[in-house]
Amino acid sequence: MANITIDRIQKAFGATRALEEISLEVHDGEFLALLGPSGCGKTTLLRIIAGLETQSGGRVLIGGRDVSALPPRKRGLAMVFQNYAVFPHLTVAENIAFGLRMAGADKARMQRQVERAASLLHIGPLLARYPAQLSGGQRQRVAVARALAVEPAVLLMDEPLSNLDALLRLEMRAELKAVLAASGTTTIYVTHDQTEAMGLADRIAVMHGGVIEQIGGASDIYHRPRTRFVGGFVGSPPMNFLRLPVRGGQVALGGLTLPAPATAAEVVLGLRAEDLQPATPQDGFAFELRVAEPLGSHLLLTGTTEGQLMRVVVPYADGALPQPGQVLHLRPNLDRLNWMDATSGVALETRA
Amino acid sequence: MTPVWRRGLLWCGVAVLCAWTLVPIYLLALGAFGGREIVSQWPKPFLPLGLSLDTVGAFLAIDGVWRATWVSVQAAAMCMVLALLLGVPAGYALARFRFAGAGSYRLLILMTRAFPVAILALPLTVSFINLGLYDTPFGVALLHAVLAVPFATLVCASLFQGIPAELEEAAWVFGCSRFTGFLRVVLPLALPGIAAASIFAFVLSWNEVFAASVLTVRHRTLTAYLLSVLSESPLHVQFAGGLILIVPSVLFIFLVRRRLFAMWGIGNR
Repeated sequence: MANITIDRIQKAFGATRALEEISLEVHDGEFLALLGPSGCGKTTLLRIIAGLETQSGGRVLIGGRDVSALPPRKRGLAMVFQNYAVFPHLTVAENIAFGLRMAGADKARMQRQVERAASLLHIGPLLARYPAQLSGGQRQRVAVARALAVEPAVLLMDEPLSNLDALLRLEMRAELKAVLAASGTTTIYVTHDQTEAMGLADRIAVMHGGVIEQIGGASDIYHRPRTRFVGGFVGSPPMNFLRLPVRGGQVALGGLTLPAPATAAEVVLGLRAEDLQPATPQDGFAFELRVAEPLGSHLLLTGTTEGQLMRVVVPYADGALPQPGQVLHLRPNLDRLNWMDATSGVALETRA
Repeated sequence: MTPVWRRGLLWCGVAVLCAWTLVPIYLLALGAFGGREIVSQWPKPFLPLGLSLDTVGAFLAIDGVWRATWVSVQAAAMCMVLALLLGVPAGYALARFRFAGAGSYRLLILMTRAFPVAILALPLTVSFINLGLYDTPFGVALLHAVLAVPFATLVCASLFQGIPAELEEAAWVFGCSRFTGFLRVVLPLALPGIAAASIFAFVLSWNEVFAASVLTVRHRTLTAYLLSVLSESPLHVQFAGGLILIVPSVLFIFLVRRRLFAMWGIGNR
């Protein structure tokens, strides 16, 4: 059992506060992604869990054991680094065996584990080589194999795919998912790439400015962002936000009248670009098109509604492109409305 | 530029560099092996004719040369060890830790070279006599180490800085303490540079003559001994002494040259 409990972890670098009281529970065998833009504190949090950085306050528990004051080697975890960090003076086999050797494993076990990890990551034929003779993708595989070879209770990954080119990244992502699902290791995966987080993780923690804005499954995060930041950061194109006035408990959006979720003078309506359908002027709102971009099976339309920027994705078969300046009428999917407070940007609860 | 030109320039550079180091050694060797006549002969014969080991033999037969050589080897080896014992940890601290005064520490290390040994000689002699270090190889090594440590420290600092911290962190995650991580990951990667620093310390001590002359009387290092003995010897014997002095430096550097040039991944492992 290796669940991870992060209990009110704080970190300050001098006067700058990198992490504000973060609490988080990662279940045994779960794959959690820490997602956020650079500087949001996700790597700092990971390094604190690893013991490579010292927290300013709070505790880290792994498998119920308080490891807050322990050095990395005593925490029972393995890590994959952003720049691979494979040891250049050791062969691939020695690299993979490094953790086991340090743990004092016997020769037979070492060899077995090295071979297993190497075959899992398809680097069996490279065992005798030095890292300098490997490509970036192969080095990444060595780094993952080295981490898996020790059969860690907890695996930490710090943007492991960010140095690979796009195609390789896609390939490694699928492979990682299969390998990790088979091993059942509790994994924390730091990334700024939302498609990586959504594709790999059981749950995603979206971080921003040293706090976790939302934790949830991929679809939860995507369809029900808890803050305006999450809606804007996750998804491509980002969620649309319309600032609308409230009049008499109702919000008017073109020909639509929607019940206001709050008594404030203004609310923000968050709408996903693909949650909009063509409509008539009576049951929809006007959208003035500026640019239409074909994306293969879909069409990305950029324009304005009520004078505010809006992006819409509609299915697109062959045919004429809508022309800039054209006014379209759209209606939102009423199940997919995301109301947010106009000042705080926090989602307003509209249903229980 | 055409490749032919580039190659030409490259070989010109190589030739100049080789001449720069080899011609003096050649002349020295000529004087040492050629005997009395060649030293004063001009133009010198290009090919050394009538070589003999007589002069070198005569030189080696000078009373006390072997003992002085042994003292020199002891002092240089101790100087090397001391320079590394102090320079490697100090360099590591400079490279890996942020501490108050790191910048001025760096400067102060260099400042130790600013003290002229000539001024320190008398007080040092007095304290060495009091401490029982006077006229011992260790005393000489101590002073030479002072001269060698700044270089060793700064070289090691830049070596360690060049090794990504992530490698060390990986070592810690996979079971190393800071010390074992240093031994297993940082040290092997820094070895070529550390070898260079240690050779420098050795050669510095081997070649240093002033402090060695002041701090010893009977147990002189080779340079100090030769300085006092050879000043009255004939020229060709002085040449023989000079040649024998540079042999260990050249040999030592030759032996570790692969460590000096081998860059990880490029060198032939």
